[in-house]
Amino acid sequence: MQRAIKKYWPIFVLPTLAAFVIGFIIPFVEGVYLAFCQFTTVRDATLIGLSNFVRAIGDNTFTHAFWYNCAFVVVTTIAINVGGLLVAVILTKAIRGTNAFRTVFFMPNLIGGIVLGYIWQILLNCVLSLLEKPLLALDATAGFWGLVILMCWQQIGYMMIIYVAGLQSIPDTLVEAAEIDGATRWQTFWKVKLPMLMPSITICLFLTITNSFKLFDQNMALTGGQPAHQSELLAYNIYYTFYGRSGPQWRGIGQAKAVIFCVIVVAIALIQLRATRKREVQQ
Amino acid sequence: MKQKALRSNRIWSIVMTIVCVIYMYPIFMVLMNSLKVESAISTSTAFDLPNAETFAGLANYENAIGSQGFLLSLFYTAFITITSVLAILIFCSMFAWYITRVNNRFTKILYLLCAFSMVVPFQMVMFTLSSLADTLHLNTPWVLWIIYLGFGAGLAVFMFCGFMRSVPIDMEEASMIDGCSPIQTYFYIVFPLLRPTMISVAVLEAMWIWNDYLLPTLILDVDKYKTISMLIQFFRGSYGRVEMGPMMACIMLAIIPIIIVYLVGQKHIIKGVVSGAVKG
Repeated sequence: MQRAIKKYWPIFVLPTLAAFVIGFIIPFVEGVYLAFCQFTTVRDATLIGLSNFVRAIGDNTFTHAFWYNCAFVVVTTIAINVGGLLVAVILTKAIRGTNAFRTVFFMPNLIGGIVLGYIWQILLNCVLSLLEKPLLALDATAGFWGLVILMCWQQIGYMMIIYVAGLQSIPDTLVEAAEIDGATRWQTFWKVKLPMLMPSITICLFLTITNSFKLFDQNMALTGGQPAHQSELLAYNIYYTFYGRSGPQWRGIGQAKAVIFCVIVVAIALIQLRATRKREVQQ
Repeated sequence: MKQKALRSNRIWSIVMTIVCVIYMYPIFMVLMNSLKVESAISTSTAFDLPNAETFAGLANYENAIGSQGFLLSLFYTAFITITSVLAILIFCSMFAWYITRVNNRFTKILYLLCAFSMVVPFQMVMFTLSSLADTLHLNTPWVLWIIYLGFGAGLAVFMFCGFMRSVPIDMEEASMIDGCSPIQTYFYIVFPLLRPTMISVAVLEAMWIWNDYLLPTLILDVDKYKTISMLIQFFRGSYGRVEMGPMMACIMLAIIPIIIVYLVGQKHIIKGVVSGAVKG
């Protein structure tokens, strides 16, 4: 059978492969190469070795964006997963209106980042001005927490859906057995349900961490990096380096930043997957 | 004991209702303000309900639809999303079937590349991708699906492969022995089995493509073609003084189609998200 299918590769493989080469492989390889060049367009690149990387790391806005992004990832990952799990636990109780609640919590997910960013910008600015505090664009701390609230609002519903599915797949017999053995509810949750949820937790952690690291639209719409690059996440910092700055050196530096960013994201994804995979319980 | 559980459930119901009302408030606020006249929208009055004096009816909506080419943007966004999702469903599922059924080094490398492309941030390829798209004349909404097929292939192939590994090969072998060509086998036997996974992939990819901002902005000719996300960004960014009324109306108009689709296809969307959350 294998041999028969193999002959048909132009039909099965070629369309996707061609698009994949155009949409991913060529830009990726070219991108890695350009990180070592000075260029304004792809054609006029000249190799200049590692100096782009040196300058990228020396760029204060980039290192600031890195730490700002790390803090953001930690806060949002914890908040979203705790929030999502909490809502999921409540919604799997036999309460009335579960479906309606689920609908409401999930809805913000379907709205695009740009739109969400503006909705919250309007709302938060109104709240801040009522409290007589500086607006989002003037205060990096407010921008940070605004972004955290926005992300939680958007993502809790998504993670909740995954946790609900996880909780529902735990066999009742296990929970009953624990109860008969005299476990309290609290113990059942920590010792029985949570270990059984490990696969869901793996995927939710993976999603929240990578989402928060790659966040762009919301960052751009909510604060636009104001004030003075203080609320920039990495993705927006790279975008700004490319398209917001003039001078022939910046594109190369931007590409070098992008390579560093890519390595960080891939490394974190791998470490995280390996770390949580170990803790999963075999069913 | 039972009574106590019942009462606690009722309390939880009430608590969740309150939380849900708060949760929906941001959208409600935009809706409310989109119905006000311009002068009644300021940071101090934004929380007020529209009253007889400030109620503007649908004027803001007419304004937003009329002046900003909203309908055209809606059409472009819908066109791009539908063509891209269809292309991804057909081509990626074929691709995935081939690489799960043919085992050699080449297919293994392809699979790993697809998994890798899921993690890579868009900023890594944005500059080179947009200049490549310009050279190849892929910078119109009509052919943007090629780019989305390439960049969205990772997730789709990954999910299709995950499902296909669990499908027993016997049926396909039987149909081949009965004289079907691989193409017939694929479309008569495998394709119908893929339906649930197709729905998940379609949901996830459509959510991404409909809302995508950066990719179309960098690749399309911004003056000629705008998707909805681009339009809202343009609306917000280009004016010195933002007209809040039409802006709010525009946001509402962008949200409404999504909410309708969501309420109609809720079951599929939620199922799609759950089964899309396969282990990485």
